[in-house]
Amino acid sequence: MGVEGIGASVVRKEDRRFITGKGRYVDDIKLVGMTHAHFIRSPHAHAKIKSIDTSEAMKMPGVVGVLTGQQIVDDKIGNLICGWAITSKDGTGMKMGAWPAMAPETVRFVGQAVAVVIAETKNQARDAAEAVVVNYEELPAVPDIRAAIKPGAPQLHPEAPGNVIYDWVIGDEGATDAAFKSAANVVSLDITNNRLVPNAMEPRAAIAEYNEPEEHFTLYTTSQNPHVARLVLSAFYNIAQEHKLRVVAPDVGGGFGSKIFIYPEEMVALWASKKVGRPVKWTGDRTEAFLTDAHGRDHLTKAEMAFDKDNKVTGLRVKTYANLGGYMSLFSSSVPTYLYATLLSGQYNIPNIFAEVISVYTNTVPVDAYRGAGRPEASFVVERLMETAARQLKVDPAELRRKNFITQFPHQTPVIMAYDIGDFGASLDAAMKAIDYAGFAARKAKAKSEGKLRGIGVSCYIEACGIAPSKAVGSLGAGVGLWESAEVRVNPVGTIEILTGSHSHGQGHETTFCQLIADRLGVPISQVSIVHGDTDKVQFGMGTYGSRSAAVGLTAILKAMEKVEAKAKKIAAHQLEASENDIVIENGEFKVAGTDKSLALPMVALAAYTAHNLPDGMEPGLKEGAFYDPTNFTFPAGAYICEMEVDAATGKSSFVNFVAADDFGRLINPMIVEGQVHGGLAQGIGQALLEGVVYDASGQLLTASFMDYTMPRADDLPSFKLSHTTTLCPGNPLGVKGCGEAGAIGASAAVINAITDAIGNNKLEMPATPDRVWHAIHG
Amino acid sequence: MSTVKLTVNGKAVSADVEDRTLLVHLLRDHLNLTGTHVGCDTSQCGACVVHIDGRAVKSCTVLAGQAAGSSVTTIEGIAKGDELHPMQAAFRDNHGLQCGYCTPGMIMSAIDIVHRHSGQLDEETVRQELEGNICRCTGYHNIVKAVLDAAGRMKVAQAAE
Repeated sequence: MGVEGIGASVVRKEDRRFITGKGRYVDDIKLVGMTHAHFIRSPHAHAKIKSIDTSEAMKMPGVVGVLTGQQIVDDKIGNLICGWAITSKDGTGMKMGAWPAMAPETVRFVGQAVAVVIAETKNQARDAAEAVVVNYEELPAVPDIRAAIKPGAPQLHPEAPGNVIYDWVIGDEGATDAAFKSAANVVSLDITNNRLVPNAMEPRAAIAEYNEPEEHFTLYTTSQNPHVARLVLSAFYNIAQEHKLRVVAPDVGGGFGSKIFIYPEEMVALWASKKVGRPVKWTGDRTEAFLTDAHGRDHLTKAEMAFDKDNKVTGLRVKTYANLGGYMSLFSSSVPTYLYATLLSGQYNIPNIFAEVISVYTNTVPVDAYRGAGRPEASFVVERLMETAARQLKVDPAELRRKNFITQFPHQTPVIMAYDIGDFGASLDAAMKAIDYAGFAARKAKAKSEGKLRGIGVSCYIEACGIAPSKAVGSLGAGVGLWESAEVRVNPVGTIEILTGSHSHGQGHETTFCQLIADRLGVPISQVSIVHGDTDKVQFGMGTYGSRSAAVGLTAILKAMEKVEAKAKKIAAHQLEASENDIVIENGEFKVAGTDKSLALPMVALAAYTAHNLPDGMEPGLKEGAFYDPTNFTFPAGAYICEMEVDAATGKSSFVNFVAADDFGRLINPMIVEGQVHGGLAQGIGQALLEGVVYDASGQLLTASFMDYTMPRADDLPSFKLSHTTTLCPGNPLGVKGCGEAGAIGASAAVINAITDAIGNNKLEMPATPDRVWHAIHG
Repeated sequence: MSTVKLTVNGKAVSADVEDRTLLVHLLRDHLNLTGTHVGCDTSQCGACVVHIDGRAVKSCTVLAGQAAGSSVTTIEGIAKGDELHPMQAAFRDNHGLQCGYCTPGMIMSAIDIVHRHSGQLDEETVRQELEGNICRCTGYHNIVKAVLDAAGRMKVAQAAE
């Protein structure tokens, strides 16, 4: 692998700028003549706008303009769209209500923008916003799923009667019902998957600049996928044609899904920059992040699992209500359907599965993909059922899982997914060994003698990553293909630039992607640069989410590398007067196998660009591109086991141990992979113990700051014990599966299984705060 | 408007700012020291931590005027030329950062933690002391490792001086 090749824990190239304060995030950028935007947002969850008076605000110092929702509609800026079509069980399409970038008539969640002030300074914009008078007529609000589906509930969108967006099913209902009829045992659970706020530490921001003579826009934005942003802004939102719009996502301070989507603020900044003829900057504050960043999760589920007399699972039946908020965000429809119900087989051989998902509108912030996106919800359902079943059937939870593991691959589940490879027993063994599962009974007894409640919880997750085969997602309703592009440029002096459509916002691509080149060519990673995040530099790409950047993005780079190597070998063979087939690449040199003849990469590159002596008919230059479309999803899987101790007097849960055994296929940089797992675990544990959005009955968001929404902090979390088992992914040449979401997918069930084991009852919802645990214990 | 004079990273500076200007905005907007970040609006996240007269302070809780006459050190001011501060090096070597947004505040807090405990730190203490800095990427695992590592490095560096 070499010291910098695949498999080496190379220290990150990008770190120096971050640790010295020289990162360049959107809010760090200043343009000449830049103005500042501040949005006027609805204080009501559901209301009609009766009037907006901007006259006083226009007179305030420094104000350049005050723009309203009616103006953006008049200028024919398009409504926000959801790009994944879902068909209901009755054959009708999803019911998408109109979502203008600023509301002209009706507001449907607290925080929805109705107008914007543009001023010379940020403070002047804020001051003037106070002087904008908006008269609302309040309407009854629908704050949650239960309220949305009540007969006679207030209606949010005329397009969606009963607030239902779709009623979608997957699997064989008849066969599943039959499995339940003949079951020896049935286990059932009602599950709330709590609503979360992604809270990347960098708030969203946008700077838009319009060049009038060129009719050209530039947008600097906090995006995980600048090319998709350009496509959507151009094709659907009518901002500008693609070649007249450059989108740049520089350093981006975390995303976790929330920066996939194109938000109203970017659209307004672009539109306003043309209106006022000056660059416009908007930087959200944390409250705005709570009020406008797409939230995650928020399911109500009834789930049942059928077992035969040998404790083999024979059926799974799931009915889920998903809250999509006040409007349909860009990929919102796919999250509770194709990213959720297709993973309900978990790691288990389940012959019959039927799931129904009903997605509804509520007067809350739109909900979309958040780390794991549907897969954490699926894993939580399956793993809570398994744990509950083991207790009900009085068998060991680990062994019940093992008995039902899929052991033959490929395995076609009843819910679309075809698992390519895995060794679920190996992960479970590794986790059980790491936590000394066998010794738990003794530890529990000892804790009991000390007056403490000790519990252990297992969670065996699987996810579908490497998103995704374009043809497959197209057939399921996706509006885009999910391939990735790459270009490898070898410069005349032999340094290398890799252009990728992936985007790094913490994942370390500037290091791991270089490691592939070091591995292939034997050159130091200092000779390689990664270029990403700018639509003027990289032609197109689909961005980073769904643990896709190694499996899809890096494979695209590999495909381009193969073309570069093939051409470089031809050049080297020509120069060395050898056969192309005899050329091998080692330590940055092109060698004639079995001889001492060689040509260093810079010489080959120089030859390509001087073009003085190339093979007949060969074009000059050494630059190749590739588009890579995966053939299947990848299936990272693993086993997490958590041991917790609960203080019955206070309800406080403390970690004794948390072990994770993951199978991600080949690891490019184990240090970075482990960092990804740590972060994912923290978010999964955060969901289980700390985090949860609270709306009151009128639709006011009560958890709209870090004072009210409990983010995991250093003293809430343990150190984690990680290990890896490996089955190489057969679906891509690197054998990689992806690691970005695993922790968030598997951790929450392990924690809740451990606490419910400790307290000896199952009546516990997330987040399992001390208050809730105390009530679960004491009734 | 007021003129505020203070020392930032060893240099005397002066800026004309609105009276309501926070120190973090003086640093970012007037002095172009954009390494100090704003991650929240309730003084919870710690992305804006700097040192005022050697003590870690959230620069979003201090008016620029309150810092007049004091000596402020930001993330840009802790390396000696090309030589990283031991805390910076430890964050890099232990993969204590991912997106990098919370990192400057983390590093500035962590240096203060090591100083206040005279380098005598264990995992539990570091975790408790980092309570005022939020990171969404790392799960804190490698940040804790980095701070413990840096405590050792800073002791060695101090002994060498």
